[in-house]
Amino acid sequence: MSRLPQGGRIDRSRPLRFSFNGTSYSGYAGDTLASALLANDVRVVGRSVVYGRPRGIFTAGIEEPNALVQIGPEPMLRATQVELVDGLQAAGLNGKGRAVPEQDAARFDKTYVHCEVLVIGGGRAGLTAALEAGRSGDRVILVDEQAELGGRLLTAGWNDWLTSTITQLSSMPEVRLLTRATAFGLYDQKLALVAERRPNGQRLWQVRGRKIVIATGAHERPLVFANNDRPGIMLAGAVRTYINRYGVAPGQRAVIFTSNDSTKPLEADLQRAGISLEAIIDVRTGQAIVDTVAESGVALESVIVVPLTGNHNRREIQCNLLCVSGGFNPALHLFSQAQGRLRYDDGLACFVPEAPIDGVEVIGAASGDLNGRGQGTIVPSWVIPGDGEDWSTHFIDLERDATVADVQQALGTGMRSVEHVKRFTTIGTGSDQGKTAGINESAIIATQLGQPVGAVGVTTYRPPYVPIPFALLAGRNRRELFEPIRVTPLHTWHVAHGAVFENAGQWKRPRYYPREDEDTDAAVARECRAARENVAAVDVSTLGKIDIQGPDALEFLNRIYTNAFDTLKERSCRYALMCGADGMVFDDGVVMHLGPDHWLATTTTGGAAAVLDWMEEWLQTEWPDLRVHLTSVTDQWAAIAVVGPRSRNVVHSLFPNLSVGPDSFPFLAIRENEIRDMPVRLHRITFSGELAYELWTPSWYGLSLWEAVMVAGEPLGITPYGLGAMEILRAEKGYIIIGQDTDGTVTPQDLGIDWMISKRKPFIGQRSHRRVDTTRTDRKHLVGLLPLDGDALLAEGSQLVLQSDRTSRYSVGHVTSSYRSPTLGRTFALALLQSGRERIGSTIYAPLDGQVVAASVVEPIFYDKENARRDS
Amino acid sequence: MEPPRWHTNVLIPCPWCGDREEVEFRYGGPVPAGYPPDPQTVDDRAWARYLYYRPNPKGALEERWVHTAGCRRWFRLTRDTVTHEITPASDASA
Repeated sequence: MSRLPQGGRIDRSRPLRFSFNGTSYSGYAGDTLASALLANDVRVVGRSVVYGRPRGIFTAGIEEPNALVQIGPEPMLRATQVELVDGLQAAGLNGKGRAVPEQDAARFDKTYVHCEVLVIGGGRAGLTAALEAGRSGDRVILVDEQAELGGRLLTAGWNDWLTSTITQLSSMPEVRLLTRATAFGLYDQKLALVAERRPNGQRLWQVRGRKIVIATGAHERPLVFANNDRPGIMLAGAVRTYINRYGVAPGQRAVIFTSNDSTKPLEADLQRAGISLEAIIDVRTGQAIVDTVAESGVALESVIVVPLTGNHNRREIQCNLLCVSGGFNPALHLFSQAQGRLRYDDGLACFVPEAPIDGVEVIGAASGDLNGRGQGTIVPSWVIPGDGEDWSTHFIDLERDATVADVQQALGTGMRSVEHVKRFTTIGTGSDQGKTAGINESAIIATQLGQPVGAVGVTTYRPPYVPIPFALLAGRNRRELFEPIRVTPLHTWHVAHGAVFENAGQWKRPRYYPREDEDTDAAVARECRAARENVAAVDVSTLGKIDIQGPDALEFLNRIYTNAFDTLKERSCRYALMCGADGMVFDDGVVMHLGPDHWLATTTTGGAAAVLDWMEEWLQTEWPDLRVHLTSVTDQWAAIAVVGPRSRNVVHSLFPNLSVGPDSFPFLAIRENEIRDMPVRLHRITFSGELAYELWTPSWYGLSLWEAVMVAGEPLGITPYGLGAMEILRAEKGYIIIGQDTDGTVTPQDLGIDWMISKRKPFIGQRSHRRVDTTRTDRKHLVGLLPLDGDALLAEGSQLVLQSDRTSRYSVGHVTSSYRSPTLGRTFALALLQSGRERIGSTIYAPLDGQVVAASVVEPIFYDKENARRDS
Repeated sequence: MEPPRWHTNVLIPCPWCGDREEVEFRYGGPVPAGYPPDPQTVDDRAWARYLYYRPNPKGALEERWVHTAGCRRWFRLTRDTVTHEITPASDASA
């Protein structure tokens, strides 16, 4: 055991059991997995990713490149960051973690907060800043990645100051202290993302601060020499942390290898811990370690020391702990993410902020104030030659197993940019994002090229600062909570009657209602036949509905839609089309004239929100003089279409006092009536081509109305139908679905519905209909297709070509809708086809999956061209 | 103690609702040249310019936004395309 008899911030009254690679060990509350492993003399934690070299614990913090472990479903955790808990089971990695198929039981949450000051980092600088801000009464949030506040002070014996400061901060009502909380991203407009580790998961904090204070400290960097990766080689500051904070001696015989003054206090720490200090190798005195030895092939056993100049007398020093310090890198990842620029400081031998950025302050060691670290005079020794010309064990990036030899190879190919070298060597692309490697990489490139380090620069820091589970970013927005689910007032009936549902945007809509033993095609065919031959009903409540009121409503509609509404009488409606300013079809629906200055427009189910935004845009930006009010009433109305040659019988039995004859209630008329106290508005509109009535009622009556329709229709055998049948019925009539048969490049003329375009008034998009492009004769037109083999089903999306063999080089269109029609007894399709109307009567080919389906081009209407059924 | 004053430009300033998170808004693009009073009298070139040409400066850009998940009002603001710094418009006109 290497646990010291006393000292440290661990709680020796609370021993904890844990296992590593299947072996049981014990530690204490307050340990990290790393400190507990060192206390149990576990020196090798894993193997490196490329060369399989044994690796140990290299740091005591978030920058750890070596000691990666798997704990349950978490594949790559840093042993230096894992708090020890009783029963912990961890396994070292051979380079990579393992994805676990089981569901992660951890819970991930999100929270959003605002504050005047967000302080990132709870060391001396951060705590001081938080205290100052807190005294002004500002809302302050201080986040720190560790379990305890204090940062470096936890190692340096500042206990009284820490206790007093934290007590003061805790007493301030507007100050919130978050531990185990890593700020991993700093985005535009001072939005910080913070991952807080919690006992059973993590919480994502999205913090908007008026001011951000970056007090993230500095990371010690290693020296680069031959075989600098063996277990037992550790950053000097980490050795101090293990001794002082965790009461652990990470070795028995130590050598210090340094380029600066920060290792001075370590000498006393080693002595107090009973670790013999065999030698101090300081590059500033002209000595260096040129190699390390591990006879057993595993952990460090000795180091080879030579003078840097003069005679090359080798000296071998036995040791099992090598404490290395190559200086410090201010942790400026977040500053860089916020577009802060860096400058290389020759005196400090590190990158520091070049200029402040608005609202983001960098303080303490992060700002380049390395006095607290005691760096003092530094002679940077970026790369220390070995005995020979071999640079393949001079590790720069321990996690990626990338060496000086790799950098030399990159430069040898002609690469010069640090970004290119990064991608070639993979330095800095590991899960540690090269926290101990990046600056060394830049400096070694500079050394090799004979350039100043500042000219080489550093690679761009990108979020996240630490690995973040995707599950944290998703939070609770998974599965049924991924997106809102919208259901109609009739939904419970659909569920009770076995509907198979389909997603239409956020809506759940019945696709069909299978009876026993029926497959999809059989059920859909039965529902189609019911609508064509008898009577059927469909829930169309998902249609977007916009209530339009005001003295200028008519003028507004005339401008928005291609149709003119001047002649549309009250209690009537009209199929209506709207275009974008570019003249392309944008949405369609039915415009209903309900009363004086009162209209209602339906939209496609998917287009409801966009159409309302569009109308508001024109109303508010271009036509603020129009007195019109728009209100979304999509959810306020339930809508039921009663469809089929016998629909009139059902409607008559529901509304016995309503005159439903073809002359008294003709196509496109609106009537109001009621069933008991249930108000119902009836519309003679159809999306099937059959005689049909659309029945609307306030949504809370919706289910009652549907049940009344079912009861009234039962003697006739009324059939509920879903989207499957609805799509076939409409396609047989050539009625388009916006977004399926159109795609934003289609004009009304392309669709052959010029009759919907008024020539008597201006409307949005009108000017575009006489642009050179929209008047081309070879535009794609909507056409019908009948496969020559009436059993062959064209795939929707199939490209169309002019020749049946493989000589066609260009697609001349594509299939937009394709179905088996029970009514026609064959397959049919709609398509957008270049010069399509001129090709009617010809044959076109759809090659797909090694087969070619031939089809006749026909007019895009397959059933009741005279509209006799619709108007009956 | 008086509650701290909170005003910032880090959020999108809706002139009707105050500062709100960006997710509540829909972007309406740069403020276009005005819709021609009579588009039918405009030649193809000018119409194409109205339809398809938008400013794309490095720096200040006047934009339209709509508070879709709030008051549904359209409004203008000026955004710096480099820093994303937002300056509210002097009035609430759309």
